[in-house]
Amino acid sequence: MSEIIVVTSGKGGVGKTTTTANIGVGLAAKNKKVVLIDTDTGLRNLDLLLGLENRIMYDLIDVTEGRVSYKKALVRHKKYSTLYLLPTSQVKDKTSVNPAQIVRLCEDLRKEFDYIIIDCPAGIEQGFKTAIAAADCAIVVTMPEISAVRDADKIIGELGRAEKENIKLVVNRIRPQMVRSGDMLDMDDINDILSIECIGQVPDDEMVVTSTNRGEPVISNESSQAGQAYRNIVGRICGENIPFMEFPEEGFFDKLKRVFGK
Amino acid sequence: MLEVLMKIFGKSNKSSRDVARDRLKVVLIHDRANISPEVMNHLRDDIIKVISNYMEINQQDMEISLANDDDSVALIANIPVQKMKHVSKNGR
Repeated sequence: MSEIIVVTSGKGGVGKTTTTANIGVGLAAKNKKVVLIDTDTGLRNLDLLLGLENRIMYDLIDVTEGRVSYKKALVRHKKYSTLYLLPTSQVKDKTSVNPAQIVRLCEDLRKEFDYIIIDCPAGIEQGFKTAIAAADCAIVVTMPEISAVRDADKIIGELGRAEKENIKLVVNRIRPQMVRSGDMLDMDDINDILSIECIGQVPDDEMVVTSTNRGEPVISNESSQAGQAYRNIVGRICGENIPFMEFPEEGFFDKLKRVFGK
Repeated sequence: MLEVLMKIFGKSNKSSRDVARDRLKVVLIHDRANISPEVMNHLRDDIIKVISNYMEINQQDMEISLANDDDSVALIANIPVQKMKHVSKNGR
């Protein structure tokens, strides 16, 4: 039975696309057949994060307007042979595709894939409505920042109005040091405020930046804490029962580095 | 005096995390209270249904609204009663 998951957030820049790329790679590493659909038409980036920007021939709009079959537009990942990307157009805009077209496309993709993951654009306008139309479940990405939490709450409300009841939360870019000193909301605070099930907390990790630079999602990096957090999220999506990770206290030398560093 | 000292040493009695949590809780109460007229009409119909079990009310003159205060939201209903119904102790 295949599952259609939309990754959304309301606010921009909280890590929707990063989350989509990492979950996609993680599921493919578990031998699931996965397709990632970028619906951020005009501002596409999922191709960059996956390192597939040079392999795009056709895009989502070519498919929804019937110029090519979806099979022709899919880009297979270099390393993970069960992972595919359906990129969107960088020149068209969000009015180029409508909810009915996405629903029809996903019905076809369901026959072939275990997971269909849709990367949603920021905002609550047409692009959002199109992205969520076909979804069985939604992952709302937020950050421990009041503006991101407020926007997540708004998005949860909008999803409810669209009768999407299966909603999960990912809290991205947590800085454990700041949480410990009482200067940042933690996962429990956000959980308490939004009251939806949380399936992951991802620490702010420099390796996310370096891996994005290379076009290799951080989830495949064994030594990265953020990578571990994403592996846990993927496990939970597959129904495994994984306890939430503890963030280790920074050592004496880390502290020294931080004090004298900059 | 103590407060001044605490400020000097960079310690206010509330952490910024607590401030964020409190501010968010309040702003979300207000955000969530902005319900659509459609939902408001459903609520109105449901209230009429329940109250009509106990009394006759003037539906034309009834008013229902949400009032926003600084840190709370109240549902205010003004419902003119025309006649009480005889209700048995065991319910309807």
